[in-house]
Order: sequence, then structure tokens, then C-alpha cells
Amino acid sequence: MSETLVEFDDVLTRYEPLIGLETHVELGTESKMFCGCSTTFGAEPNTQTCPVCLGLPGSLPVANAAAIESTIRIGLALGCRIASWSRFARKNYFYPDIPKGFQTSQYDEPLCVDGHLDVEVDGRTHRVEIERVHLEEDTGKNLHVGGATGRIHGADHSLVDFNRAGIPLVEIVTRPVPGTGAKAPEVARAYVTELREIIQTLGASDVRMEQGSLRCDVNTSLAPVGSLEWGTRTETKNVNSLRSVERAVRYEMRRQAAVLDAGGRVVQETRHFHEDTGSTSPGRSKEEATDYRYFPEPDLVPLAPDAEWVEKLAAGLPELPAARRARLQEEWGLSGTEMTWLVNAGALGLVEQTVAAGASPAEARKWWLGELARRANDAGVDLPELAVTPAQVAELAALVGEGTINDKLARQALDGVLAGEGDPRAVVAARGLAVMGESDELVAAVDAAIAGAPDVVEKVRGGKVQALGALVGAVMKTTRGKADAATVRRMLEERVLSS
Amino acid sequence: MSDLTALPVTELQAALASGETSAVEVTRAHLDRIATEDGDLGAYLHVTADAALQRAGEIDAAGTAGTGLAGIPVALKDVFVTEGVPTTSGSRILEGWRPPYSATVASRLHDAGTVLLGKTNMDEFAMGSSTENSAYRVTRNPWDRDRIPGGSSGGSSAAVAGRLAPFALGTDTGGSIRQPAAVTGLVGHKPTYGSVSRYGLIAFSSSLDQAGPMARTVMDAALLHEAIGGHDPRDSTSIDTRVLAVVEAARRGAGGDLSGLRVGVVRELGGEGAGEGYDTGVLERFAEAVALLEAAGADVREVSCPAFDLALPAYYLIAPSEASSNLARFEGMRFGIRVGDDGSRDIDEVMALTREQGFGPEVKRRIILGTYALSAGYYDAYYGQAQKVRTLISRDFSAAFDGVDVLVSPTSPTVAWPIGARVDDPLAMYAADLCTLPASLAGVPAISVPCGLSEGLPVGLQVMAPALADDRCYRVAAAVEAALGAPLTDRLLERAA
Repeated sequence: MSETLVEFDDVLTRYEPLIGLETHVELGTESKMFCGCSTTFGAEPNTQTCPVCLGLPGSLPVANAAAIESTIRIGLALGCRIASWSRFARKNYFYPDIPKGFQTSQYDEPLCVDGHLDVEVDGRTHRVEIERVHLEEDTGKNLHVGGATGRIHGADHSLVDFNRAGIPLVEIVTRPVPGTGAKAPEVARAYVTELREIIQTLGASDVRMEQGSLRCDVNTSLAPVGSLEWGTRTETKNVNSLRSVERAVRYEMRRQAAVLDAGGRVVQETRHFHEDTGSTSPGRSKEEATDYRYFPEPDLVPLAPDAEWVEKLAAGLPELPAARRARLQEEWGLSGTEMTWLVNAGALGLVEQTVAAGASPAEARKWWLGELARRANDAGVDLPELAVTPAQVAELAALVGEGTINDKLARQALDGVLAGEGDPRAVVAARGLAVMGESDELVAAVDAAIAGAPDVVEKVRGGKVQALGALVGAVMKTTRGKADAATVRRMLEERVLSS
Repeated sequence: MSDLTALPVTELQAALASGETSAVEVTRAHLDRIATEDGDLGAYLHVTADAALQRAGEIDAAGTAGTGLAGIPVALKDVFVTEGVPTTSGSRILEGWRPPYSATVASRLHDAGTVLLGKTNMDEFAMGSSTENSAYRVTRNPWDRDRIPGGSSGGSSAAVAGRLAPFALGTDTGGSIRQPAAVTGLVGHKPTYGSVSRYGLIAFSSSLDQAGPMARTVMDAALLHEAIGGHDPRDSTSIDTRVLAVVEAARRGAGGDLSGLRVGVVRELGGEGAGEGYDTGVLERFAEAVALLEAAGADVREVSCPAFDLALPAYYLIAPSEASSNLARFEGMRFGIRVGDDGSRDIDEVMALTREQGFGPEVKRRIILGTYALSAGYYDAYYGQAQKVRTLISRDFSAAFDGVDVLVSPTSPTVAWPIGARVDDPLAMYAADLCTLPASLAGVPAISVPCGLSEGLPVGLQVMAPALADDRCYRVAAAVEAALGAPLTDRLLERAA
């Protein structure tokens, strides 16, 4: 059964959306949250376990200091207040992937509260308020074997991998974000993008959505335009890419509008996002009924981050993405729009590194937004995945700048680099791509062109100087593009016009 | 050599050090006694006879027997996880489980050269005061085999009182070391919360559980205490402080002089304000013990701790709440028994069946109680309120300790009762912890030391001290022991003779 949907633009004529996001980030600490086990991704199942993360009787947790530090740094980067007193709490429920029968999390005493993150969409800044940033442990992973779908229904049996159980997980919860209107889907996406970049800049996590080290739950609700009350929200899970964040909000807005239009009531529920169709479907309603019976974790002592230490952490934060963008925009003399293009293309860091390797900002930008963007698009990959480094791009720009190659040859040199033939200079040498000087070969080619087209020569001499282009083209053809067009033109002019 | 099982640890040390006996002989003597007596007494759930003899042989070969505790046999309550040795916590749900690791206290005792005799019986998951809640067997009181040995560390108390071990470890959540020690004529100490590692102790109530020694003499208890105490980085609630000097305190107390010591008799616990439920004989022995303290030079006065009256209800909310969460991991997925996994049931049904058949009635009762107390809408009224009471009790202790050095009370309101007498009356069973609960809730140390017999059965005196002042408990207990002349358990030997 496919859902009735309202056209997106139509939704906004009657309803105001309200979005909220809960983001889980696996921290990149060496060891797990409460034991010394490794956190390396992709190891053989159940090889990174011990009595503590398996929840064996008698085992006890010891909190990972590095994870606490990372969480506080994330909180500080989001402008949060760091609690002077914070506690872990037990979230009790039964599921085979939680070994202790409860997840050690935080409840009413989180580490960081009351922050914000400003995101820009189409030139307008939206302030997303952060309610809390807290620390918890990840669950294990269930593997359902023998079914067609890999889901639990129809499976023959299930296996559990506890390698992931106990990996430190930071949860970042926003307050509902009002006033986004038609931009709600983009604001949601921009928020996760910016958050991801901040955490990356902090070095707190590798934030890879496809590996699940950054996971996002998107809350969406609609209220009639002008209403003072919020609508009922749904929580969409399994949103595994930036694009999906946007699509999930868009879909929920359209679906909920249809429900409300029909006089129905939006059910407060967890929904599942489907990457293939871009739609959502209800999760198990059972989850909603769970009473987690939170209470303070008696096996762990309360956290009381020392104010001086927190100040030191704040002072030691790296330059954050927003500040960096402002600085680079200034340094490179870009307009806001130009900067936005650069950021949206995911090219900011690449351009910065290319500039650092010696290219001019304009050259670096031209390469990454032009030729390289085209190549990435053709290959269906993101820019950073191209097999070319910023240093190699700077070298290409330098080769063009010094006249060794022209733009056309540079594209051939890039082919070589992408094909793994080495650095640009090596490719130019190996493929013989260098622009010809006034060599005998070039002189011969120029003379041959003049001799081969007396009619053109006549026209030029008669005043139609633009006809010289045909002769330039002929020379470039004979030299297979290796000649420098300007040089060829000058040589032709010398020979045709001055005799 | 006289009967090796009759000697206190201090004398075994001397006999081992002088070469008068060997670790193997001492171990064999205890194993022999276990073989003849334990069928009836029921102190052990698992006897590690072969491993014990092998370990004793190693100690003899190394020539270390008699240094410290090397070569001295010991029994562990089955709540302690022991690598490769079956560990059940008295529950059917862990039947057949052999842990892949050892509790910190078990490792420390092993490293000290002690010889593990086996694992002792207990109330399932340490919930009970008579050891009748064990899923496996009945344990009898060596003083009267028709009576209970106390609980939940009743296997340990029966083993030590019955000379099936020189000393043993127990755990105390609301009185589970002190009460069984009291009703079997032993010394039992609950250390300051956080001063002995809980790593590898199967949790009942995390904020209350504490391991401690049970022995026939105060000095033996102190020796065992020093061997297990001290900071453990694997336990976050472990206090990072020096090992408490309890052996020195026991030695000092044995001199019998308590001049200058200020002792408070708690009005609400067996003092003037004591309510119903106390045996007359218990109150008489208690009054005599207080008189002994005065005679030893102590300055005795009465103090009032009104919040202690609320300890029982507060405890029976906090402990079950934590237990309901601590016991959630027993669902048959990773260890222990699994029931009903025949391909026809889903995971929720298998978990439910496993827990239904794996847990006994008292454990289920407390899980239900705790689950209810933590539920949304009830949390503040029950768990939250109980925590406030806990704070009040701590304040009463603080106020009392402003004026006195230790507090005293009877350990148990009654002597050991007949097996079966309270099994159908949980409230009567819970009342056995009346005097021991306040120290548990406040996390302060408390010792039970024998102070005579009533109706031919042992009575214990409880001595409570401020946090980390465990040495005061040992000092006072040693003075009482010295004043009484000989360990109470010597009377059992006389009877047998």
C-alpha cells in the first residue's frame, strides 16, 4: 500500500513544519567506553570483547576518560554549558544486542546542555538550539540469518556480534527548530553536515554515515499555519546519508500533510526510512510502550568535570568550520555565493590544501570546481575520492602557469595522474606532453601551413586578420595540440604579415 | 598434631611456618571433614578437592607455607566469580556456568597463596537471611542442625563454624555477613563500602554489596580482610586509599583496654527504644556485652538515630530496584541455562521462559518489587524517597559519630530459627536484617562478634564505626573476644568431645 502524499509546495500553503534531530556519533577512542577492548571497525565478530562488554556476571564498568574529554569538547564546540555534576544512568530493556539488559547512558544529568549551531541555507542563517550532548555506550549488532530480507522476520536464526557493544557513543539532541518553512529539509541536512564537519575538525570521530559512526534520527511534525501548538511528531530512523536526511524530512512533511488533510491524526511513532524508495514506514509500535526505568548507574561514580580543565579544553579547541570559512573567504577574496558553492561542492578543504601546495586560490578553485568536479561527476564519486591529491593539482596548475603545458595538455596530464601513472611532471615527460618551443619541428609545421593555404594567406594580407585562426588550427592539428597556440599565432603573424 | 580443623588461622600459620605440618596436610584435613560432614551440613555447592591438593602441594614445594596466608585453606561464597570453577550465585539460572575470569578478591587470595576448598551455598543471588532460598540445597547450623545458619552467606558461616574451612569470604548487602556470623558464633565484618573490590562479585544491589571475612576469631577475620582489601582500578566505586590496618587494630584490642573509647548504644536498635521482635535472651547478652565494654574502660552512653526506624522499608525499595536491573542480564543468551529454544518460540518467549524457570520465588518477588519501584510515575514516590531516607540515615550516623567513636547493637534480633519457620512469611524473614540495615545503607563498616549464648545458640554484638574506621570495629570486637576468654566456637568442640 503506497501512502497518499501532498505535493511539497502545497504542504507549505497550509502547514508549518517543525524539525528536530537526534544524532549519534561513535567516538574514535582507542578503547571502548567501559572496558579496555579495541574499537577497530571490521574485525572478526566477537573478537573484541571481554567480561565487561559481554555483560558477564560480576563484571563492572570503568568510564573511559578520553571519551568524556571528547564529549566535553563537542559540547564546547556547540556552545554548550558543561555540567559541573553529571551522572550515568541505566536505560533498562531486554534485547539480545544489549548484554547487560540495560544500556549505560545519561538521563536527567547529561554532560553538556544548552548549546546552539548556526547553519546557513540560501543565504539565511537558521539557529539550531542544542538541548543536550550526552555520553552512552553502543549496542551489539544483530545478524539475522536465513531469511530473504536480512530482517528478523523470516530469519532462520540470529547471531549477535558484540564487537560494537560498549563503543562510546555521543548523542546530540536539538530542540525543535521553528521557522524553517519550505527550507526544513535543507536546514536538517545543513545541520547534520555542519555537525559532521565540526566533529571531524575536533578529531573526535571519523563520522562515516555509511559505516554507522554517525547516525541520525529525524523528528518531523506539522502544525496548521498560524497555530500556536505544535503538531504530533514522528521519529524517523535508519537515515544513513546527508541526502537521506533531506529526503526523510521532505517525505514525512508530504505524508503528514496528507494525513491531516484527510482529517486524520498523525500517530506519534518511530518510522523507518527506506533508501531505495525515499519513503518511511512505521517501526514496531511496541517500542513506544517501553518504560525504560531510568535510574542513576550505581556502578559508576558521578562525573564532576573540573572547571579549570574544561577551560583548558575550550582554549585548546581547533579553529571551527564556520570561523575557518569566514577566514578563507576573506583571504581568498570570495563572495558569499562563491564560498557557498565551494562548500556545497565539498571542495573547501581540497582547495585549501591545493593553495597550501603552492597554487593560487583562483587556480585551485578553477580546477576543483571545473575539470575535477566534472570528472567526479562522470565517475559518480565525491571529489575527495578522485585519485588525485591537492599537491598534484597544484603541480598541474604550476605546469600551466610556467607554460610547460597548456590547458588541453593539462587535461591529458590529469588523465595520466588519474590512471596512476604518477605525478603530473612525470606524466608530462612520459607522455611527451610538453608544449613545443620554437623548435625546428614547429617552424616546419608553421611553414607547411602557410605553404598549404595560399588563399588564406592572401585574405590575411588583404586585411582579414581573423582568418589567421584557420592557419593556427592547422598547425595545432599537425602538432597534435602540443604547440602553444599563442606562440603559433605570433610565428604566423611574423611570417605572413611582415613579408 | 591435634585436629588441624580445630585450629585458628593464626595457629595454622605457626604450625606451617615451623614445619610441624604442611599445606597438603591442612588441606586434606579440611577435605576429609567436608567428605564426612557436608552431606548433612550442606555448606558447599562445589568442592575443588583435586585443585586444592595440587595448589597446596605447590605451596609446600615452594616453601612458602606459613608466610602470610600461604598454605591456608579458604572457602568462597558462590557469589564470587572463579575462573574455570562453577559459579552459580545459588541460582538455577547459572547452572553449569564456568566463568572465564576471576573476581579481584579471589585473585588476591590466590596470589596470597591460600588454597581454595570450594564454593559455599547461599540464598539465591544473596537474597535471604536463612540460605533456604538456595536453588540447590539446605544448609544447616552446626550448633543445631535443625536450624538455619543465617543468610545469605549461610554456606560460609556453616563451613567455618562447622570447621569445614578455617575461614571464608561472604558478602553483605543488608546483613548477609553479619547475621549468619552472629547466629553461628562467628566473627563477620562488613567493610566500609568501596574498601574491598566488587569486581567479579555477582551483583545483587550495587550500591550496597560489599565482600568481607567470616572467621572464628577476630584476628583470623582481620588477616583475611587485609588480604582482600585495597583499591582496585576495575571497580569505579573502589576507594583509592591505603589498606586498612585491621590486623594491628585486632592485636591492640586483644589487650582488652578500651579506656577513652566512646561507645554509643543505639536507642532504636536493641536499646531503650527497641521495639518488638527482639529475643529476651538476645537483649540480655547484649546488655552484658555493653557492661563488658564499660568494664574494659569504655565510656558508654545512649544515642538516638530516629531515621534507623525507616531503614527496613528504604532498603526493600533500593535493593530490589537495583537487583531488578542487575539481574536483567540473566536471559539465557550468553551464559547459564536457556529454556524453550526449540525453534518454535521467539526471543522474548525464550528469555521469559528461561527467567521463569531459572529464578526462584524470592528473586522473582524482588525483581517485581524493584521493577515497580523504578516505573515511570512511581520512581519519585519509591526509589527517590528511599534515597532520601538513605541520606537521613547517613546524617544520623554522622551526628552520632560526632559524640561517640563506635555504635553498638545486637546483630540479629533473634537467635537462629528452625529451618522452615519463616519461609512462608517474607516480612518475618526481612525483619532479621533490622539491626544490620542502617550500616549497609550508610556504607559504614560494621562487625559482628560473638557475645554469648541464648537457649544454647550464639548471639552476636554489632559494632559500627565511621567510614574507613574499620579498625575501630576490630579493636572493640577483639576486646569483647578477650573478655569472654575464648572463641565461642570452642564450645562446639567441647560439645562434640
